[in-house]
Amino acid sequence: MTPLSKALDQGFKYLLLALVLITLIVTVSVIVLLTKESSGFFSQVPLGEFLFGKEWTPLLEPKSFGVLPLVNGTFMIVFGAIGMALPAGLFVATYLNEYATDRTRSYIKPALEVLAGIPTVVYGFFALTFVTPILKTMFPEIQIFNAASGAIVVAIMVLPMIASLVDDGFRSVPRALREGAYGLGANSVEVITQVVIPAAGTRITAAVVLAISRAIGETMAVTLAAGATPKITANPLESIQTMTAYIVQVTSGDVQAGGIEYQTVYVVGALLFVITFMMNVIGNIVLSKPVMEAR
Amino acid sequence: MSDPILGVKNLSVYYGESQAVKHVNLGFKDKSVTAVIGPSGCGKSTLLRALNRMNDFIPNVRIEGEVKYRNQNIYGKSMDPAEVRRRIGMVFQKPNPFPKTIYKNIIWGPKINGYKFDPDELVEKSLKGAALWKEVKDRLHDSALALSGGQQQRLCIARAIAMSPEVILMDEPCSALDPKSTLSIEELIGEMRKNYCIVIVTHNMQQAGRVSDDTAFFYNGDLIEFGATKKIFTNPDNSQTEDYITGRFG
Repeated sequence: MTPLSKALDQGFKYLLLALVLITLIVTVSVIVLLTKESSGFFSQVPLGEFLFGKEWTPLLEPKSFGVLPLVNGTFMIVFGAIGMALPAGLFVATYLNEYATDRTRSYIKPALEVLAGIPTVVYGFFALTFVTPILKTMFPEIQIFNAASGAIVVAIMVLPMIASLVDDGFRSVPRALREGAYGLGANSVEVITQVVIPAAGTRITAAVVLAISRAIGETMAVTLAAGATPKITANPLESIQTMTAYIVQVTSGDVQAGGIEYQTVYVVGALLFVITFMMNVIGNIVLSKPVMEAR
Repeated sequence: MSDPILGVKNLSVYYGESQAVKHVNLGFKDKSVTAVIGPSGCGKSTLLRALNRMNDFIPNVRIEGEVKYRNQNIYGKSMDPAEVRRRIGMVFQKPNPFPKTIYKNIIWGPKINGYKFDPDELVEKSLKGAALWKEVKDRLHDSALALSGGQQQRLCIARAIAMSPEVILMDEPCSALDPKSTLSIEELIGEMRKNYCIVIVTHNMQQAGRVSDDTAFFYNGDLIEFGATKKIFTNPDNSQTEDYITGRFG
């Protein structure tokens, strides 16, 4: 090697190293920032009050810092969305795998990917101007901002991911296993529900965990559709507020930097981070288990 | 010598344009073992899969002629393919137990088909029928995937037996197994001959000679010769059969 090419080679190596370090630095800074601002918050509000308090009114007097209403809002969206997207994803994957010809498949797969490429803000006003009016014809008492329409569009958003991961899972089930089941006189519904789905179980679980992570972090659509009313409720027809929507509300408003109102954004952000981090850890544990286990 | 329980009449199988099985006529006797031999690509597996409609899952397959099971054409309009497969069981090339426990592997088929049975009794009977009971009776609720390849294949045979079929089709059942497991499967086939009509596809001629009563030799989709195994292996009528048996090609 000439000295020049050797220098370039070395230089390239350090360039790559620097890029790797940048991602590390960003991650670490986010954690440091969240911790720092949160500790300022917790010097004024006890952790127990934050985690278990049932009132969330940091911008109004009297101030109250119980995060449960926001957690309730987020999980209403999550469970609603996954509850709709998982069965739909299983049906789509089943159709693609067991019934669709290669030709049909070649049309449906890209269509799903288009669904995944729509900006989330578009989903937000789609929920507000299309989904909610339809819901209103069925439930006249529905509020303009409501959890149901948010959950529906988040379900549409995570559907491509679930369908595609479940489809991969189904494809990984050996044909020999299906044939073994058909050879015992099973029909296709029995083969799918009792052989293919259980054999692809870990993949399906991983798809759900990833979809939950995505739904928890989803911001624009739920900000636009689900409202800004933090409350503990189980009624999807009411306006709620998610953790992410709260962060949008504060950061786009005129709250003074440095005050406790401002710090709430960081502490809610930290909670979001912890929850999604835990989901990812769970997802990795599930995926690291052997693919086919006895059930 | 009994009459054939299963037979094919002028059977042709096509994959798209190419014909894999050509106008074959053949009968399989009850309580006996028929071996189907021939070089790779001669249509022997295709023929076997035509016998219980397992070709239904392969796109572009076309079947002409008849497969008669107890005098009924299994491709007849009123025939339920699942019913056909209940009566005509199958053991595949590679062991394919379900990712469930040994116990559940056995009772799965009878359960989904709505059979009435005592599960403990059926599991014991089926595993004994597949000469696997002694080895697994203390771990029936362990995963079937923890078994060795030979044990898994015997479990698949037990699973087929549990459906109480009359015919069992075996598609090169030993090709993925070591010699010792192969021997145990061959001994098992010798035992099972008493109760079932067994059709075994094999590319191992010694195996065909050891386990079968009759042998059918296929070449290029044609049935070249069919007869008692002893005769085929010692004094075949056709020179192609002789060339294949003596290892001149294939």
